[in-house]
Amino acid sequence: MEENNDTIKDIDLWATNSEEGGWNISSTDEGSQKMLEQEDEVTTKIQMGSEVIDDYFIEDDISDDERMILNMGPQHPSTHGVLRLQVELEGEVVRRVQPVIGYLHTGMEKTGEELNYFQGPTNTTRMDYLSPFFNELVFSLATEKLLGIEVPDRASTIRILMTELNRISSHLVALATGGMDIGALSMMIFGFRERELILDFFEKTTGLRMNHNFIRPGGVAADLPDNWQKDIEEILKVIPKKLKDYDEMLLDNPIWQGRLKNVGILTTEECFAYGITGPSLRASGYAWDLRKMQPYSGIDKYEFDIPVFEEGDVFARWRIKVLEIFESLKIVEQAMGNMPKGPYKIQDKKITPPPRKRLDESMEALIHHFKIYTEGFKVPEGEVYTTVESPRGELGCFIVSDGSSKPYRMHVRGPSFCNLQALPVVMSDSPIADAVAAIASLDPVLGDVDR
Amino acid sequence: MSVELILALIKPLLGLGLLLTNTILLIWLERKVVAGMQSRVGPDRAGPFGILQTLADAIKLLLKEQILPMKADKAMYLLAPIIALVPSFLIFMIIPLGPGFDLAIGGESQFINMVGADINVGVLFFLAISSLAVYSVVLAGWSSGSKYPLLGGVRASAQMISYEAAMGLSLVPVILYSGSMSMTKIVESQAGNLSSTIPIVDSIVSLIPNWNIFPQFLAFGIFFVASIAEVNRAPFDLVEAEQELVGGFHTEYSGFRFAMFFLAEYINMFNMCAITATFFLGGWLGPTFEGVLPQFLSALMPTIWLGVKTFGLLFVYFWIRATLPRLRYDQLMELGWKRLIPISLIWLMLSAIVLGIRDFGLPWS
Repeated sequence: MEENNDTIKDIDLWATNSEEGGWNISSTDEGSQKMLEQEDEVTTKIQMGSEVIDDYFIEDDISDDERMILNMGPQHPSTHGVLRLQVELEGEVVRRVQPVIGYLHTGMEKTGEELNYFQGPTNTTRMDYLSPFFNELVFSLATEKLLGIEVPDRASTIRILMTELNRISSHLVALATGGMDIGALSMMIFGFRERELILDFFEKTTGLRMNHNFIRPGGVAADLPDNWQKDIEEILKVIPKKLKDYDEMLLDNPIWQGRLKNVGILTTEECFAYGITGPSLRASGYAWDLRKMQPYSGIDKYEFDIPVFEEGDVFARWRIKVLEIFESLKIVEQAMGNMPKGPYKIQDKKITPPPRKRLDESMEALIHHFKIYTEGFKVPEGEVYTTVESPRGELGCFIVSDGSSKPYRMHVRGPSFCNLQALPVVMSDSPIADAVAAIASLDPVLGDVDR
Repeated sequence: MSVELILALIKPLLGLGLLLTNTILLIWLERKVVAGMQSRVGPDRAGPFGILQTLADAIKLLLKEQILPMKADKAMYLLAPIIALVPSFLIFMIIPLGPGFDLAIGGESQFINMVGADINVGVLFFLAISSLAVYSVVLAGWSSGSKYPLLGGVRASAQMISYEAAMGLSLVPVILYSGSMSMTKIVESQAGNLSSTIPIVDSIVSLIPNWNIFPQFLAFGIFFVASIAEVNRAPFDLVEAEQELVGGFHTEYSGFRFAMFFLAEYINMFNMCAITATFFLGGWLGPTFEGVLPQFLSALMPTIWLGVKTFGLLFVYFWIRATLPRLRYDQLMELGWKRLIPISLIWLMLSAIVLGIRDFGLPWS
């Protein structure tokens, strides 16, 4: 321990200046001990944040005078958040791309280890902020698989209803921002306008427009509001009409087609090589949808199609999102029609906290309430990986449980993170305008990338 | 001091005031119209219907800090906004706003024409001055010493030069048709109604005014498209494509220098629409309702007609902006060089042949 401190003694650490005393760099396991031995001054500095490697392309290593390096982002109108791209340009044409991520890193996976399973969805819902229900669902499914419990039918159906509505709202944002990146300014407003309808329903049901913490291990937090059918009917009526309006504005528009067709092409093989899932994979001609392949929450009972395109260009990726909204509407309609009666939480005293009024009546209820809200419920030892089909692709959650009430390790496979790997493929050797369209078509959410 | 000199001093001042107030109105109008199309409210805080919003923005920009980038070429950087603004004022001075009127000054009647400078080669002057605008964009882009503006400047030079060619070529048939290069003469040549040699058609056709847009519809289409590209409006706003180049050539400009670019853009837009109206839609021609309306009002009617036509065209500009996505750079060049220029050349040939036959008869007769 001592010698490790010696090696970094004379490095200027920002943490050493704090009142809490020096930062005692110690390690608890053998692996990191070894890593500490191998560290030299520079890598330590980088890890401590006192030195930053900022440029992946250095101006000097371009031999060609015609080329220049352009930093797009992290503050750029079309990088969808804080994505930074180091782009090597030859005139208007992008030759090399290096995506730089981490500007939105919040350490949520690490935070997840400090929160018990009951609090977990509060944390995961903030990862992919456009599809919060999917994050909650995948965490809850993983926890339930570890616990070995089945949620009631009504809870499953509510989960399907909410996630499919969430898919629509997420795709609407993708259509809106994608349209804006190509210069169709009205599309931006239209997409967000229709999304508002769905967010209003979310707010009515969960109390919040995003970061709902609604789907929890053991069921959902609350039942659907009174007259919820009316709101869903409104959504089912309005959204298809508006989607037809979008098509009228854009589908046959020669400028729109000229901008999107044969741009940013991803082949099926490239999708496999880079681990791309979701609409981008289906637009490349491979019918892979986890709702069909590895059904969750009883989604195999619903009738819907998976739209597939062969082209793999930006146009196909745009079109597939429009068609998927129609398919999701079908599922929402069926879920509304077949909503089972019954409890919306699992009737298990150890997992579901008792209702407030029971606390005055029953000592046992009081004890369970206290235990769940202070310690949380214990989850058996084991590892589990569950997946759901989020609007952006395969969203997975890997949990290692050590038998306590908090995950030993939680990892989330963010689809945006994996899809972002394709950026050099779709952006290279295309003009800046096409590159921007290609970023938009992959629909990355930076909260999901950095976690 | 002679009356002419006083007039020559007053007219530019009036023009300047008119353009500045008009621009304030125009920016507000665009925001309102586009907001209406996108189911938004638009500005509604400052003044009635938010009409003072632009004024508030202008004051804000005036009071803001002027930032000079470290790597900028100082002289060119400061000069570029001025180069942008001056040609836009110059072009306005050659647009005839009305037929003119007689004014009694010091006992003698003086004819005052409602145009800043009635030069007999107005069309050439317009083409010459409007091509100066490209210098401001190129210089601003290059002198900023930054990468996004540089790309914007490079785009601008190619775009504006290629569309200038299409614009100039589409005006030639109009000049042939009107038989003059003077703006006033072009307006006057559009007076009256269309006529036809076929009697039945004539009774219908004679209801349509004799505007150049009807015989020269293709030239109008080309001129309209090229003029949108010339003033860098959507869908040809590649020069300042926000999603690609952040702000394009004016990324590094702030405060009042940015406002000058902004002002120049809107004045250019207004000029372009007024000139389109003058060339193709009969300019200030229209019923004056003499005898029905009070005399001063019927004397103002021509100017009002020009205003109505200009704002009608501006509405189309706004409409296009709210509807169409942006073209890509190579598509823009292709449209300019492979479509607009060949079509305008063919149209020029056709117009020349038809006019030749009309004036001199068939070659074998």
